[in-house]
Amino acid sequence: MNDAYRQYLKRQKRAHRRVRAAQVGVLVGFFGLWELGAALGWFDPFILSSPSRVWATVVRLCASHDLWLHVGTTLLETVLGFVFGTLLGTLLAVLLWWLPALNRVLDPYLVVLNALPKIALGPVLIVWIGAGMASIVVMGILVSLVVTTVTVLNGFLTTTDDKQLLMKTLGASKLQIFTKIVLPAGLKDLIAALKISVGMSWVGVIVGEYLVSKAGLGYLIVYGGQVFKLDLVMASVVILCVLAALMYEAVALLEKRLTR
Amino acid sequence: MNAPFLTVSDVSFSYFTETEQTQAVSDLNLTVMPGEFAAIVGPSGCGKTSVLSLVMGLLAPQSGTIAFDRPDVRIGYMLQRDHLLEWRTVEKNVLLGLEVQHRLNDATRENARALLNAYGLGGFLHYKPGQLSGGMRQKVALIRTLALEPELLLLDEPFSALDYQTRLQLSDEVYRIIRAQRKTAILVTHDISEAVSMADRVFVFSKRPSRVKTVIETGFDPALSPLERRRLPAFLPLYDRVWKEIDR
Repeated sequence: MNDAYRQYLKRQKRAHRRVRAAQVGVLVGFFGLWELGAALGWFDPFILSSPSRVWATVVRLCASHDLWLHVGTTLLETVLGFVFGTLLGTLLAVLLWWLPALNRVLDPYLVVLNALPKIALGPVLIVWIGAGMASIVVMGILVSLVVTTVTVLNGFLTTTDDKQLLMKTLGASKLQIFTKIVLPAGLKDLIAALKISVGMSWVGVIVGEYLVSKAGLGYLIVYGGQVFKLDLVMASVVILCVLAALMYEAVALLEKRLTR
Repeated sequence: MNAPFLTVSDVSFSYFTETEQTQAVSDLNLTVMPGEFAAIVGPSGCGKTSVLSLVMGLLAPQSGTIAFDRPDVRIGYMLQRDHLLEWRTVEKNVLLGLEVQHRLNDATRENARALLNAYGLGGFLHYKPGQLSGGMRQKVALIRTLALEPELLLLDEPFSALDYQTRLQLSDEVYRIIRAQRKTAILVTHDISEAVSMADRVFVFSKRPSRVKTVIETGFDPALSPLERRRLPAFLPLYDRVWKEIDR
């Protein structure tokens, strides 16, 4: 390793550290200003809450064990929505790749379903499935399913005819073409779909909870808004941020394992 | 004279699209002898590739027959581009065909490794295709085909994506590999000098729909490599003859 290279590494490291510092700075600055503004009376903490009040709310929820009920409910619904949404979406993509005729028939419907805000179906789901957790999970599934199908199918279709021709000259069956070429080539898009889907299922579940729920973070947010307890709303949003980030990280970890 | 290895008789084939019908091959007749190296040349778009697809069985002739002198002939097809799978190592790419045909065992794996070693790729078993040069990639693709131990090799412009020097070197090497393994081979190319320098017989195709216009015997000693043949005095006249036949 020569001097120039060492210097280069040092510069890279410094740049990296600066970005990290700026990121932490933004976070601290945001909460600092929020707290300061509330303390100095720049705005009414009753409307905007403040970090200390959010913290106190979280501690109080923890103490009464309510927090675990709400976090657990929402987390369960989201994980179910995410897992089934991705599984069903991927299966549907496989089916559509396998049967090009079906794909051609369903294409316009898929386009409409993809564009449709699935949330609009909320009231219908409640009538069909009932005012409970099942409706919320189905909402989570619906929101992540279509986008998964579209993304994964696109990934499968990137495999060129030439590559399939190669497999045919080697004597491959359709299943072998799928498992040996199409699936590995589509893996990148499959992971991309997971990342989109993980966010989408949060959207579906929270909106589902807005419409119909007796527990969960979405319920807390709606309830807090109705009784003007903005501390509760903000606390729920902050918890939601942390949970969503953790779940995204889990998917990113999975990505590392799959693409190794 | 022994019986031909491959006999194509009166074969016709047309492609259909929603807007038109294109006759690619019409009443095609040709034979290839066992162990022979045949080349097919002709104007571009004359349906040369269709002939290979027909022989391979990827396309079914609409009329006529394609027959071999033995049942269950193993055919290896080498495409214009290498189509190596980027997520597989060189070794795994070479084993792909064996895997697909459920013929992967210790013996065939050893054979594939031996081929890679013999042709200078022994040190690259665990490399990914992205780390290889174009010529090396095409050689890996050839070994992927050879690992299946085909009796007949179909080469569809296998060198056309390479730069000139690599092309000459690789065609020399591929020729030696094919001769050493005593394979029957059909090479499709638009490069006249490539056809003349590699083949025992050159089939000159007409414009689409293709049929055989002329067959030209090169008459070179099979022991001579393509590069050596290119230096012989007989090479240029042959080249001119093929050129004129295509133009005619």
